[in-house]
Amino acid sequence: MSDNNIIINLKNIFVSFDDEPVLKGIDLYIRDKEFVTLLGPSGCGKTTTLRIIAGFVEPDNGDVFFEGKRINDVPAYKRQVNTIFQRYALFPHLNVYENVAFGLRIKKWPEKDIKAKVKEMLALVNLSGFERKNINLLSGGQQQRVAIARALANQPKVLLLDEPLAALDLKLRKEMQTELKKIQQELGITFIYVTHDQEEALTMSDTVVVMNNGEIQQIGTPEDIYNEPKNAFVADFIGESNIIDGIMVKDELVHFNGIDFPCVDKGFGENIPVDVVIRPEDVIVSSPEKGQVKGTVESITFKGVHYEILVDIGDCKWLIHTTKFAEVGKQVGLSVDPFDIHIMNKSSVPLYSDDAPASEE
Amino acid sequence: MKFLSKFYLAFIFVFLYAPILVMIIFSFNDSKSRSVWEGFSLKWYKDLMSDSAIIDALKTTLIVAIIASLCATVIGTLAAVGINAMKKKLKGFLMLATNIPMVNPEIVTGVSLMLLFVSIFGVFSAIGINLEFGMLTLILAHISFNIPYVILSVLPKLRQMNKHSYEAALDLGCNPLKAFFKVVMPEIMPGVMTGMLMAFTLSLDDFVISYCTSGTSAQTLSVVIYSMTRKSVNPKINALSALMFITVFLLMLIVNIRQMRDSDAKVGAKR
Repeated sequence: MSDNNIIINLKNIFVSFDDEPVLKGIDLYIRDKEFVTLLGPSGCGKTTTLRIIAGFVEPDNGDVFFEGKRINDVPAYKRQVNTIFQRYALFPHLNVYENVAFGLRIKKWPEKDIKAKVKEMLALVNLSGFERKNINLLSGGQQQRVAIARALANQPKVLLLDEPLAALDLKLRKEMQTELKKIQQELGITFIYVTHDQEEALTMSDTVVVMNNGEIQQIGTPEDIYNEPKNAFVADFIGESNIIDGIMVKDELVHFNGIDFPCVDKGFGENIPVDVVIRPEDVIVSSPEKGQVKGTVESITFKGVHYEILVDIGDCKWLIHTTKFAEVGKQVGLSVDPFDIHIMNKSSVPLYSDDAPASEE
Repeated sequence: MKFLSKFYLAFIFVFLYAPILVMIIFSFNDSKSRSVWEGFSLKWYKDLMSDSAIIDALKTTLIVAIIASLCATVIGTLAAVGINAMKKKLKGFLMLATNIPMVNPEIVTGVSLMLLFVSIFGVFSAIGINLEFGMLTLILAHISFNIPYVILSVLPKLRQMNKHSYEAALDLGCNPLKAFFKVVMPEIMPGVMTGMLMAFTLSLDDFVISYCTSGTSAQTLSVVIYSMTRKSVNPKINALSALMFITVFLLMLIVNIRQMRDSDAKVGAKR
């Protein structure tokens, strides 16, 4: 890469634990001041990737570059990155002030500067006045904020976050998402964020890296990943999807569920088996005679903003999000705009692997 | 049923503590008799203090207990850190190796240590250095039987620790040694202190192993008491035994209170 803007570059990284491959050739570069999310199911290798950047895991093969310099042999404590750990890993024998000041004391900052920095950091995470509090008496959300302040006090160029919000309840998680994004923009530093929550990834990131089985599936903006998933795994992992076996008859015409559908994709060749991905919210429900296919409503669940209905169309079932109520057992017509039919090459990897090592979590 | 269980408990306590209680009471007896009470007196305690053999033995006991418990604490803590970081299989094997000396009959440990020292002396005398049983052998023996207790009280603390604490310290710029002293040590300190107290108590307490590994130059209190009972029975022994019992009892009380407070704190933290 000749791009000067690149702060971290992983090249052909392989890692295995006890002969179990965890990362199989990761190539990834991260730009300065970018909010990058590594997204994937448990055991996909996202945490391991983060730990390689932090310096806690040594790759079996491949190189790690930081601002163009190879840092494979630089120990964790000399790297200009800081980590926010899954369970915060605050130091229970120190109070809030001393936790935040920890890194600065190691760097032997003068006491006056430490005091100012800690104050600034606590203000940043809305914990002013908590200096003397005992860590063990804080709530989960407050502990999380201390962990953020502790990491940021060291003025890292890159902040690594390992599922930092996983232990918080939904409402607090949403608040912290907004706040983290705000902090990232205010400080203008690179965030590398690991999560298995696709909504979190889409909400916060500039770039999303979808991983599965130790391999990168797709890298792109949240919009790209959602609207143009590269394969069935990405489509299914990012939001719910109907994935249907189909045959690409010719350019702009795909055959599935016994019917030819016009679509906008081309270049697959003729009569090629493909995966057809349709988002539940892209299916239009109408009266039976108006739809492209007919089906029977099998179940309906109220989800707040919309209903989730399952429609049996004979040889498979479609999951649909609609704002209109539909009675169970009723015949409905379904149609899809050509633009909303996504065609993908059959993926060679299984969608979800159950044999992935669980130790990573 | 409730009465029965209470009675049983009381019986067990009487069974366990009556002999010690009798001994303590008779240590204050005014006469030499071990069966007739003839009034309160502290004269045996006074006698004790003026007995130079006993004072020497007390000094030996304290020196051995302090040095042995300190050394065992350092070695045991480091061992616990190592064992904790090991893979499962090796860890299991090492824990077995740690536990065996604890259940091993003391006399076996004592005799085997004695034989070990004798053979080492043999090697040294071949090169012209004459060694014999004394303070050094006592201390070495005590260190060796204390180590497992320290390991066992430090390991649970290490296991309780957030496994990322150490990494967090590295992340914030500590080198591995600094990370250990700044983050790991404070967290396992209660376990280390408990282990040290246990080791100290066991050292004070020990007779069999001390008997096997002490020579004539350095003898611990328990060994002195034993040799006193073999000569003439003097109520001084009662006084001395009473003092030792009280000391060990208080130390064990401290250890137990510490452990109890620790488990309370754990419940509190989980809240």
